[in-house]
Amino acid sequence: MRNVGVIMRRELGSYFATPLAYVFILIFLVLANAFTFYLGGFFERGQADLAPFFNFHPWLYLFLIPALAMRLWAEERKTGSIELLLTQPVTLWEAVLGKFIAAWIFAALALALTFPIWITVNYLGKPDNGAILAGYVGSLLLAGGFLAIGSCMSALTRNQVIAFILGVVVCFVFLLAGFPLVLDVFRSWAPQALIDAIASLSFLTHFESIAKGVIDIRDLLYFAMLIAFFLLATTIALDVRKAE
Amino acid sequence: MIQVEHLSKRYHALTAVDDLSFEVAPGEVLGFLGPNGAGKTTTMRMLAGFISPTAGTASICGHDIETDTLAAKKSIGYLPEGAPLYGEMTVQSFLEFIADLRNLTGSMRRNRLEYAIGRLQLGSVTEQTIETLSKGFRRRVGLAQALMQDPPVLILDEPTDGLDPNQKHEVRTLINEMSRDKIIIISTHLLEEVDAVCTRAIIIARGRIVADDSPQGLAAKSRYYNAVSLQLENPQQLAAARAAIEALPFVAAVEVSERDARLTALPRAGAQILPALSELAARQGLKLKELHLESGRLDEVFRTITA
Repeated sequence: MRNVGVIMRRELGSYFATPLAYVFILIFLVLANAFTFYLGGFFERGQADLAPFFNFHPWLYLFLIPALAMRLWAEERKTGSIELLLTQPVTLWEAVLGKFIAAWIFAALALALTFPIWITVNYLGKPDNGAILAGYVGSLLLAGGFLAIGSCMSALTRNQVIAFILGVVVCFVFLLAGFPLVLDVFRSWAPQALIDAIASLSFLTHFESIAKGVIDIRDLLYFAMLIAFFLLATTIALDVRKAE
Repeated sequence: MIQVEHLSKRYHALTAVDDLSFEVAPGEVLGFLGPNGAGKTTTMRMLAGFISPTAGTASICGHDIETDTLAAKKSIGYLPEGAPLYGEMTVQSFLEFIADLRNLTGSMRRNRLEYAIGRLQLGSVTEQTIETLSKGFRRRVGLAQALMQDPPVLILDEPTDGLDPNQKHEVRTLINEMSRDKIIIISTHLLEEVDAVCTRAIIIARGRIVADDSPQGLAAKSRYYNAVSLQLENPQQLAAARAAIEALPFVAAVEVSERDARLTALPRAGAQILPALSELAARQGLKLKELHLESGRLDEVFRTITA
């Protein structure tokens, strides 16, 4: 486990070695606030809560998180540094986990920097801070799920643009798994049990139930399993394709 | 000790490495030679634990590369082909990262960092990011990384590629110094490098071993082995000299280079022709600029067995 920490620290450092980190955080903060105030009608609603803030996170993450995740493995494969990393005495699993945690911590940092909106809403009224905390937890889990998918897509290719596009598409499918747009594809041929199973995979349903302030163990378990599944898939994809 | 038994790697229809078996003992510097695509890099990647063999096994200091991968990797310092590094890191933080992955702590960590930086003369660039360094410096950072833990086995894929002659010399000196108690495997295209550092050379072509010998032993396979080369002062004597030399017993053939008035006499198998030739030169009144005995040409052997 020590190696996970070492790899995580290096990866996190590399975000800040380039303008990437600052650009990402800036765009995230600007868009998150713009959505909240303009599309979400933060003031017009006249309610002291952060629902208009959290409601847009899935859509914001849909593009920003694959952008963050696309370099995780595609870049290592492109430059060949993956060979350097994986011939050190580390396991593939430690490397996958270390890099994923680094990206997740980075996403958490960007999310934490939205704290002024929490201060604002507390200044303006008396919000349910428990619900806001739940919203943050849900948002962080959602980011983790998207990142795990992005990590897997990044492991499939040496090309970061392809990794980004694959990431957006797969995240989109998972986001809307409970909606007709995705379900109709399966409805004509798949048994009902499968359709129900796919519907239950929806990010949006699980995220919204947490964001409402109800942290259900099933929702937590859902995100935990989803992340574990895609990290495992990342490991398998790398094992097969790392040398290509 | 490295033991390789029937190691093979296939990609779909392509067989990159085909049933390699060999052993390397401490103190040996093994040179891997072969044309591009012969399977050198694939073999080294398997030994270093980056890719798994399709068939066969190998063990590094008693640790099987497949069942005891971590222990095997711990015994190896590896320089991948092209020395890939993390460009955005500084040399210092990169080497610290490697030291941490190699589980070095406390004074050991300090000493090894100091040694690697000092030994490869990286002191002046420790705070520069790697992407701003010249190719020579990057290669040296890659070598420093491989030396970090003082491993008993070094596997270096083209360690001098892209270096200038001074840097090449420096790296070869380093390899020679370390060779006493270590196992070192290097791959190279440069045949003079084999002469300069290797105690043994394996030539592979199309994934198979086609020769395994000392560099001297390989050179002895050359038709130029024990050939005598002479350069004349006066190019007009070339034709006459050629005829006289061809008439000698024990001379198999004579090659002429008109450009520099040079004759190379190739001996019949096992014959020593130098005394006879120097005597002939004196008798015929040939003015010689140069007369020397060739020890065999590795490049010619290489071409003959890999073509």
